[in-house]
Amino acid sequence: MSSLLIRGGRVIDVSQRLDQVADVLVRDGRVVQIGRELGDVDQVLDATGCIVSAGFIDTHVGIRDPGYEEDETTATATAAALAGGFTTIAALPDTQPVVDNAAAAEYVVLQAKRAGNCRVHPLGAVTRGHAGVELADLGQLARSGALAFTDSQSPIASAEVMRRALEYARMFHRPIFVHPQDPTLTAAGVMHEGYFSTLLGLRGMPAAAEEIMVSRDIALAELTGGRIHLMSISTTGSVEQVRRAKQQGIAVTCDVTPHHLALSDAEMQGYDSRFKVRPPLRSSDHIASLIDGLADGTIDAISADHQPYASEKKDRELDQVPFGIVGLETLLPLCIKTLIEPGRLTWLQLLSKLTTGPAGILQLPQSGSLASGVPADITVIDPAVDWSIDPARFRSKSRNTPFANWSVRGQVRTVLINGEVRYRSEGS
Amino acid sequence: MPTLTTPSTPSAVWNRQHLLGLQGLSPVELRLILDRAAEFKQLHAAGHTKLDHLKGVTVGNLFFEASTRTKTSFGLAAKRLSADTVDFTASGSSLSKGETFIDTARNIEAMGVTQMVVRHSTSGAPHHLSKHLRAGIINAGDGTHEHPTQGLLDIFTIREHRGQIEGLTVALVGDILHSRVARSNIWGLTTLGAKVIVCGPATLIPPEIERLGVEVSHSLDDIVPRTDVINLLRIQAERQRSAFFPSIYEYAHFFGMNGARVQRARQDVLILAPGPINRGVELTPEVADGDRSVILDQVTNGLFIRMACLSLLHEARQC
Repeated sequence: MSSLLIRGGRVIDVSQRLDQVADVLVRDGRVVQIGRELGDVDQVLDATGCIVSAGFIDTHVGIRDPGYEEDETTATATAAALAGGFTTIAALPDTQPVVDNAAAAEYVVLQAKRAGNCRVHPLGAVTRGHAGVELADLGQLARSGALAFTDSQSPIASAEVMRRALEYARMFHRPIFVHPQDPTLTAAGVMHEGYFSTLLGLRGMPAAAEEIMVSRDIALAELTGGRIHLMSISTTGSVEQVRRAKQQGIAVTCDVTPHHLALSDAEMQGYDSRFKVRPPLRSSDHIASLIDGLADGTIDAISADHQPYASEKKDRELDQVPFGIVGLETLLPLCIKTLIEPGRLTWLQLLSKLTTGPAGILQLPQSGSLASGVPADITVIDPAVDWSIDPARFRSKSRNTPFANWSVRGQVRTVLINGEVRYRSEGS
Repeated sequence: MPTLTTPSTPSAVWNRQHLLGLQGLSPVELRLILDRAAEFKQLHAAGHTKLDHLKGVTVGNLFFEASTRTKTSFGLAAKRLSADTVDFTASGSSLSKGETFIDTARNIEAMGVTQMVVRHSTSGAPHHLSKHLRAGIINAGDGTHEHPTQGLLDIFTIREHRGQIEGLTVALVGDILHSRVARSNIWGLTTLGAKVIVCGPATLIPPEIERLGVEVSHSLDDIVPRTDVINLLRIQAERQRSAFFPSIYEYAHFFGMNGARVQRARQDVLILAPGPINRGVELTPEVADGDRSVILDQVTNGLFIRMACLSLLHEARQC
């Protein structure tokens, strides 16, 4: 029987509404007790001055493996996840081949086991090949570990297909994750439609393109009794619609990314492809709505929406560059900068978006909590350390971030999975 | 014949290595280019058709998108200044073998090219190149963003006929959404004190363009009597991804410049068109060839504007 005491940290556990300086006792890989004077242990981890939280969970991560290993592999994605404080990630199925069958889902599980870093759950495709036409083998995908179904960044254009998917997925109690975007309104778009797209002569993607799909999918969730999760929402109208749907008891959840909070469409003025993301960076009025949505609970989770791309893919003409930012390793400091430092969210609120929120979306009751008896997946944060983001030090294989050289505060110090230290920051 | 190498205007006020757009240029910088072009035009009229400002310099014309007039104009401008030129066009090039346009440009730079004229179908592509190369970049049209030398030659032509830009009302008519010429005209004209009206179908006016300091109109008939200059932008069929108006016929009905509309305009109105023009669409043949049209002056002046830009950029690199 091995035991570990994480001593003297500020323990914040959303699942127990707990925020106090205490010790966390871990035995045989599980959380036993939170308190003081918990007796003799084999090992002590001093967490004085640190925040002790359940490990973070990301509901949709681009791992690019198999098929795009030049961008990322399961090993590098999961190493990046650990460095960002994540103990559990759900892997997007937009690989080559697409995860639209049981064998592909099992490969994701196998690769994660080989990597031996954090926990990885597959997400299965909604439609075969992400083509938006025929349903993938949803039942077999669920049996092979897929926690939800999604066509990743490809919107399901047909409302009929979406309806059938929601109905069918209900049998397996799995949600559909959608990337809400009307493809006819966003064709050839590279940025948010507004003043800056006019200024720069770049094809815009209006907020309405997202809001139309949010509206459609909420209506279909209501019609079918299925459950939808809206990935990376970015507009005022989306937040308002989700808020209303939740009041009506419709099964809808949503998340946002830190980059949609930290950056606006004005950043596109340098024609820098590192700012090209989908949904696009919006104007500041939308950003304010997203922060309001986080504060009042409309937005359930924060996801890095990690989308790694090799430099040769990002260093091209803007219209040929893929959308996306690597985000796992910068999520926490960006959340601190945009939400904690301005006083918009408390630590308890922020951590709910990274632990209990995503655990609820993925239906992982054993994760995102420090309740006694759960596996000891724990992230220790030093909230005071100042540092500068250096992409050269990323564990991720790709470096496509617009946050290089940003001065930030707060860093993940130690990450445990099943009570075992899997990550320790340099100098700790 | 004396050699004319000494810049007559002190180049201290022009210290830009690149000309990527007219956005951000000061009135002084704009006038400097216009004045330099006027000098070249006078010299040319006086018989000095070959100058040696760019002797020993190699100018690369990199056209990643098809062009006839702009490319010819830049090529001729460089030759009139005694530069050597190398031409690159996208068709049949290494781009079709998968090379990125940055690598293509780097290769051309490695051959000793110090000034590059770049045309590209992607907005911002010349900006992207300017970060990767040491060569000076002149934007010869990027996507739907800017076409600074076209804007300058339009402004030069207007100034030539009207003496000054300040106080004039200039209408830009047609496809504003996809027009790089529109944006360059807006920046240059408003900086020099003109009032700019953009006029076109609502589907071809981009959002929040008023914030660039222009008035928006959807009626050519309303604005014709109160404008000094009407610049008829081309309807760019190749840039239209979907139907922005019901038919060419309907477009011409509401936004085409015809004899009747010229009748209702001020007597000294100037009709410009950056071309290539679609006769019968943006303007009727009688207007294109009429006495208010300065379309061919624009083409002539383009040469002097491009000579001015090439020489100023070259001088900025020398100091």
